[in-house]
Amino acid sequence: MQQSQPTVEPTARVSLNVEELRRDFPILTRTMRGKPFIYLDNGATALKPQSVIDEEVRYYTELSANIHRGVYEFSEEASECYDRTRGIVARFVNAQSEREIVFTKSATESSNLIAYGWAMKNIKAGDEICISEIEHHANFVPWQALAERLGATLRMIPMNPTDASLDISDLDRLINDRTRLVGITAMSNVTGYMPPVERILARARAVGAVTVVDGAQWVSHATVDVQKLDADFLIFSAHKMCGPTGVGVLYGRESLLNEMDPFLFGGDMVLRVRKEKTVFRKAPEKFEAGTPNIAGVMAFGKAVEYLQNVGMEAIHEHEQDLLRYVVERASEIDGLVSYGPADLSTRGGIFSFNVGDAHPHDTGNILDEDGIAVRTGLHCAHPLMQALGIPGTVRASFYLYNTRAEVDRLIESIHRVRRIFS
Amino acid sequence: MSLEEDLYKEIILENYRSKKNRSRMDDADLASEGANPSCGDDVELFVKLDGDRVVAVTYDGIGCSICCASANLLCEAMKGKTLTEAMTIIGEYRKMLLEDETPHFSEDLADLEAMQGVKHYPVRIKCALLAWNTVRDMFETPASGG
Ligand SMILES: Cc1ncc(COP(=O)(O)O)c(C=O)c1O
Repeated sequence: MQQSQPTVEPTARVSLNVEELRRDFPILTRTMRGKPFIYLDNGATALKPQSVIDEEVRYYTELSANIHRGVYEFSEEASECYDRTRGIVARFVNAQSEREIVFTKSATESSNLIAYGWAMKNIKAGDEICISEIEHHANFVPWQALAERLGATLRMIPMNPTDASLDISDLDRLINDRTRLVGITAMSNVTGYMPPVERILARARAVGAVTVVDGAQWVSHATVDVQKLDADFLIFSAHKMCGPTGVGVLYGRESLLNEMDPFLFGGDMVLRVRKEKTVFRKAPEKFEAGTPNIAGVMAFGKAVEYLQNVGMEAIHEHEQDLLRYVVERASEIDGLVSYGPADLSTRGGIFSFNVGDAHPHDTGNILDEDGIAVRTGLHCAHPLMQALGIPGTVRASFYLYNTRAEVDRLIESIHRVRRIFS
Repeated sequence: MSLEEDLYKEIILENYRSKKNRSRMDDADLASEGANPSCGDDVELFVKLDGDRVVAVTYDGIGCSICCASANLLCEAMKGKTLTEAMTIIGEYRKMLLEDETPHFSEDLADLEAMQGVKHYPVRIKCALLAWNTVRDMFETPASGG
């Protein structure tokens, strides 16, 4: 298993050795449409380093056993590897205990687990749920559906249409004594904007509301400390942090998790099943019914270790550099409009834009011809687009392996869009 | 094969920018909406009939260049045709994109051939068909229009 581990530099202001890191990602040697492959769709999912791919393969070639069941060696080892990831993830987000980490299949399943396991039991008609207008559908639709079903009121922190930031001037009215749950994204998947989550959570705590932070975009780019954040729940997905698809995380305060109802019922989540009554296990097992994505969870552990080795601070610095660079280079393009606050320190490595009267789909098509992968369209954030009054955007989203040279290629390709649509 | 030759020909870009048929019709005999949720294309089509003859077709909404250009071409192509003639043109257009057949459009419809290059870009075919399928559905079941 050859794999070059990135070296950790001891100083605070570290910079990445990107050329060396890139060798860890085998897909980066491919071409797309006959051009060197430039991957700028990290907001959708991140590329996987060899160590993650190897671990997924290792499970099937060397272990292939179910967990928490067998008495034989391979099953024991598989169980150990699976459980070890829980510890790795707990330390990564600085949870108080491993028991606060529940494995799901995605961030989407995590928010639904909260909706079914906590909210269904604790929210009544007349209560209020507060989210924001910039949420991804994963942290929007479950609450809207739940509010409808329970007769609760759904409130939304509005977006400033000028720069797609949140307008929190009316926070005290939007989050009030009737508010039972507050859901807020820590980083917008459309603009990279990071709302003032501490302010919003502080207000939620003041009225005794339970808090859900959507970290699907944020956790892969930031140093996360759930104890400092002091949210009740944090949801995120492995695949956006160099891990495999099919694994998500629900971090939850242990006491809350134990109070919650299970969401999926079946094997593995029970202590004792009698014909009269079943006793469930405690969290997190209570929420992990059935055979989980064992290979995926094991590989996810490798992904987190990979990120830790590179260093979250260094990743953040690197993305800030790319963001500043793309914003500067894009300012030379006539008719390019980008979205998100001008203060780049409030944003992660996402650059969402439109070029002249070219529809995002057209721009994406032309970039694709040049070997550049971006996302186009509504980005699962229809309410945000509605508030901006646009038919979608082109989104370039960066990660640790992207380079300034790739930004240059992006800019060149945008010039081509300009030429075609001039 | 290149984008400029196949997809972004002058004639397609002209039809994309044209506002001529881009409007809502208050007194439409048929109206229907078509959407491609994956890319956000969302157009509404309006048809004015005189007996079984199409007097005018207009469209409104948002869409990419291929979607809007094909909608504009459709509006032009339908004008003055009987419903039977219109269905034949629609069938011919669909075959051009879906079955790789060389189209046989009459001279006044030659502009439609500009859309041929779209078939080299599979993900864009649905953009080129959105307005056309919406109108076809209305003509097949005119009673459901409004
Ligand atoms: C901000 C945000 N929240 C939630 C999700 C949902 O993640 P998943 O599709 O992995 O469930 C995404 C994914 O695009 C996201 O960007």
